[in-house]
Amino acid sequence: MRPVFRKLGAVLSIALLLVLTGCSSEQYFVLDPKGPIASAQKDLILITVLICTVIAIPVFIITAVIVWRYRDRPNRKASYTPEWEHSTKLELTWWGIPIIAIIILAVVTVNYTYKLEPSYAIQSDKEPIEIQVTSLDWKWLFTYPEQGIATINYVQMPVDTPVRFKLTSDMAMNSFWIPSLGGQLYTMSGMAMTLHLLADEEGVYYGSGANFTGEHFAQMTFDTNVTSQEEFDAWVDEVKATATALTEEDVQKLKEQGTHEVAQYSSFPENVFYDIMMQYVEDGEEGAHAHHATTSEDAEGSDHSEHQHH
Amino acid sequence: MSQAHAHSQDHGHHDQESLKQFGFWLFMITDVILFATLFATFVVLRGNTASGPIGAELIEMNGIIISTFILLTSSFTSGLALLSMNKGDKKGLILWLAISALLGLSFIYLEVNEFIHLVHEGANIGTSAYWSAFFTLVGTHGLHVSLGIVWMTAIIIQLAKRGITPVTKRKVNIISLYWHFLDAVWIFVFSIVYLMEVM
Amino acid sequence: MLETIKEFASEFFVTGDPLILGAQVSIALAMVAIVFVLTYFKKWRWLWTDWLTTVDHKKIGIMYIICAILMLFRGGVDALLMRVQLAAPELEFLHADHYNAIFTTHGVIMILFMAMPLMFGLFNIIVPLQLGARDVAFPFLNSFSFWMFFVGAMLFNLSFVIGGSPDAGWLAYPPLSERTGSPGVGQDFYIWGIQLSGVGSLASGINFVVTILKMRAPGMKLMKMPMFSWSVLASSVTIMFAFPILTVTLFLLFLDRYLGAHFFTVDAGGNPMMYLNLIWMWGHPEVYIVVLPAFGIFSEVVATFSKKKIFGYKSMVFALMSISFFSFFTWAHHFFTMGSGANVNAFFAVTTMIIAIPTGVKVFNWLFTMYRGKLSFPTPMMWAIAFIPCFVVGGMTGVMLSVAPADFQFHNSYFLIAHFHQVLIGGVVFGYFAGLYYWWPKMFGFKLHEGLGKWAFWFWNIGFYVCFMPQYALGLMGMTRRFNEYNFDMGWQPLNVVSTIGAFLMGIAFLFQVWQIAHSIRFLKKDTSGDNWGQGRTLEWSIPSPAPFYNFARTPKVVAQDDWWEKQQRRERGEADPAEVIAADTAPLEPIHMPKNSGIPIIMSGFWFVAGFGFVWDWKWMIVLGLAGVIVTMLARSFNFNDDYYVPVEEIERIEAAAARGAN
Repeated sequence: MRPVFRKLGAVLSIALLLVLTGCSSEQYFVLDPKGPIASAQKDLILITVLICTVIAIPVFIITAVIVWRYRDRPNRKASYTPEWEHSTKLELTWWGIPIIAIIILAVVTVNYTYKLEPSYAIQSDKEPIEIQVTSLDWKWLFTYPEQGIATINYVQMPVDTPVRFKLTSDMAMNSFWIPSLGGQLYTMSGMAMTLHLLADEEGVYYGSGANFTGEHFAQMTFDTNVTSQEEFDAWVDEVKATATALTEEDVQKLKEQGTHEVAQYSSFPENVFYDIMMQYVEDGEEGAHAHHATTSEDAEGSDHSEHQHH
Repeated sequence: MSQAHAHSQDHGHHDQESLKQFGFWLFMITDVILFATLFATFVVLRGNTASGPIGAELIEMNGIIISTFILLTSSFTSGLALLSMNKGDKKGLILWLAISALLGLSFIYLEVNEFIHLVHEGANIGTSAYWSAFFTLVGTHGLHVSLGIVWMTAIIIQLAKRGITPVTKRKVNIISLYWHFLDAVWIFVFSIVYLMEVM
Repeated sequence: MLETIKEFASEFFVTGDPLILGAQVSIALAMVAIVFVLTYFKKWRWLWTDWLTTVDHKKIGIMYIICAILMLFRGGVDALLMRVQLAAPELEFLHADHYNAIFTTHGVIMILFMAMPLMFGLFNIIVPLQLGARDVAFPFLNSFSFWMFFVGAMLFNLSFVIGGSPDAGWLAYPPLSERTGSPGVGQDFYIWGIQLSGVGSLASGINFVVTILKMRAPGMKLMKMPMFSWSVLASSVTIMFAFPILTVTLFLLFLDRYLGAHFFTVDAGGNPMMYLNLIWMWGHPEVYIVVLPAFGIFSEVVATFSKKKIFGYKSMVFALMSISFFSFFTWAHHFFTMGSGANVNAFFAVTTMIIAIPTGVKVFNWLFTMYRGKLSFPTPMMWAIAFIPCFVVGGMTGVMLSVAPADFQFHNSYFLIAHFHQVLIGGVVFGYFAGLYYWWPKMFGFKLHEGLGKWAFWFWNIGFYVCFMPQYALGLMGMTRRFNEYNFDMGWQPLNVVSTIGAFLMGIAFLFQVWQIAHSIRFLKKDTSGDNWGQGRTLEWSIPSPAPFYNFARTPKVVAQDDWWEKQQRRERGEADPAEVIAADTAPLEPIHMPKNSGIPIIMSGFWFVAGFGFVWDWKWMIVLGLAGVIVTMLARSFNFNDDYYVPVEEIERIEAAAARGAN
């Protein structure tokens, strides 16, 4: 009786979730991908939901039916077999079906794990551009080595162009996330993590930190501006012409605790990304992070292979 | 009346003793996991010397070999203690336990000396990740040994007062188990921390 | 002089927040009130002899449960405060650092100081009774476990009013949790509170493994043991292998903070990633430690209220043990996004999915226990049935998260928060509530009021779905966890408001439960019969409620799975018991060997508290005093050869007769 309503409630909740899934409202960034990585991730999510639902829905129905049918009441007609506690056939079924479902899911997962590995470059006719990302407490510093400019708390990139993000941190372990374009990756001091993303639609997208770093962590949101190549080039020129330079002093101030305004700079101290990344690593140190470390001159970084851009 | 009890009805004194010994084996499993975690940490961090002193520079193997010999001997003498106990020889039991404890004390003395020497040479727990791991792993073993010495002394006193009873037998069994365990851990410490460093 | 005192006080006590000030004042008043009441009613001696020095597993269990309920209150208030703060964009209800402290304490309290003690409480009360034993294997150690938990919890809770709460998250990742990122003492309170409590947990793990393997009644082979006891065995073995890792990891973090070591610092070769690996190598098994006993409870409750044997007993046992085993191989799924690479992520994704299989199998076995059973729906059964859809959905989202590349979009978002709350509340909390309601009459000799229980049940369930379903959506909308505020433009407010309403519904549910307990005590309908639900299957229902302190006057002889049920069935059919059962049930009473009470556990734990407090503030004299006290009390225990006694037959006869009268 009442427990049945429990089941109904659960089914409704899942239905709600699925409805929301179908809803391509722009607010559901994860379900409204603006790039091939996020798109592949969304496909993966939907496949997983499907496989899981195929198992879950029958379970809910069986639960509701059993609870209804076998309740103890005066004129109960259902059979009662208090000693029956084994059936090889049933056991094989409910060990077998989940095993098969998991095998399918595992194969898909392993496949996509390699396809969507963040350090793999995205195949495209366009040349990738590199943007260096440094998380500090509590602001984002973006340096563009090929363009020679820097921005704080917003990033700009051209559409349809693979971007190779190099991620590091001044101190605390954060995570760099633009949900519309694809998944996040941790930022850590002493190493440059590589995250490849690509935007195939112009627009302004939400980005944020995704690993707690203390008091003003919630302030670590940023805009991702995706524009046409021409607009991007024009923007670079404008910043170079009108903005002030990012000096060493500015960098020291950035390392102090506090938030920061959105800003842009016409230049930045040479090797600033590398210097921040390696500030705690001794010269000649061969630490555990060595294979992740990269210099700012090494534009190729640790790309292993390419994967499809579709 | 209080001594006569049916096995199936009661968990008498002797059952309690085997229960406690079994429980101690389980405790040692958890201690193995504890040391395994410290070893894993050491292995991961052993290369991180942060341009400071490295182990090979400062480790003095002669002292370590002597310490190892002392500890192994103390494990042997604790075995002799157990043999005495099973023969009912209270004097022998106490004697060999005392020798084991004294050997253990020498081991600790040498280890403390080693640590002091290292600190003087500029390697303390805060020097680099390597030294943090070194001092913690070796030091945790040393702490276990020190606690064992105190425990062994307590049991010696109890033996002197009460002699060999089912309860004191169980206590001696357990402490000697613990003592052999620490010896086994030391073999690993010796091999992984010291030998691998200087080879 | 006054200046120094003032300065010290402002560092020592947490100041500047009306909520905290209120807490400080209430705590002080409450302590005074307790001392007053105890003195006025002359209950100090009773408190000491009956509770503080007890080694009786049933009393220890009750103390665990009382603490857990108090901690559920504090953790719940933390949750409500957070939900209020998030109900509107850029609300200033809680300052950022306050919010951060609250989500940190919420997490630590709910898992370590609410779920674990509730679990150990149920272990303690029920396992010896189910096994036909008179206590656990090591009653003294059992008491020590409780008091270590208690002082650990006290240390942690104290940070709220003295020194400041930790605020680096419930798992305190470095570099944030190092001295540089968290300079205050809050993080040290965290380390010592959890460390001391963890020692107690580890000891309990060992205790219950030995109890279950060595103290079952004659005839109770392992494959005839009740499912709850099996789940306790699985959980305890997991505790044994997981908790030493936590002990080491916290110790290493302590060394970093206290002695300037470099295990997890960013400089001098430290490796923060190592911490994440270590802490989750404990952390993942930990969640299985708490959920496996919930599964065990469901097996008991479902079988009892279906009047039917648990389906697929062997399969269920195998599932429990394999879940325990596999839980040690999945830890890296907590940081797929740390960049370990495709090989590592693929491996851990697959191992994580594998665990879903035995868990799913258990659900089917529960359903087919009910199939062709005769179902009734008292409160415990309602909780068990509500668990099924809730946990299945939670498991589903877990499988979604285990798909490593997809997790890059879910990690640290509200989708993750919704998932783990769903499995923890829907699995663990629902399970422990079912157990609490089911075994309450066995513990106290009266049933809890059904009507109020049903109100609590519905408010919990509806509140849960209303609170957490929107959070899945919020995760998909890009809302990150641990944000203390958000922008209006994000469009997150409507769902946050819904979620907050759900949280308050759960708060109301808790009030109903408190009311239910108070009402039931006030108007108690005594039922000391022993088989309080009338359809008990296992041995705990064969003795009076509450059980006499020695549990069983005569050690039972077990011949079947669900032995008590089989006995009742034989009665109904007019069959005689097998000869060995009759012999055991009518054997002449013999003096019962029982352990003596001891003040050492509480005193030793007290000294650990002193040492811990000393370490937190780096007051060397206090550290030395505390550790010296620990060693002295340990030696006192070692030198004590007089820790047991025999209960005379006359006393047993008296108690049995009184219980028989009370049952009629």
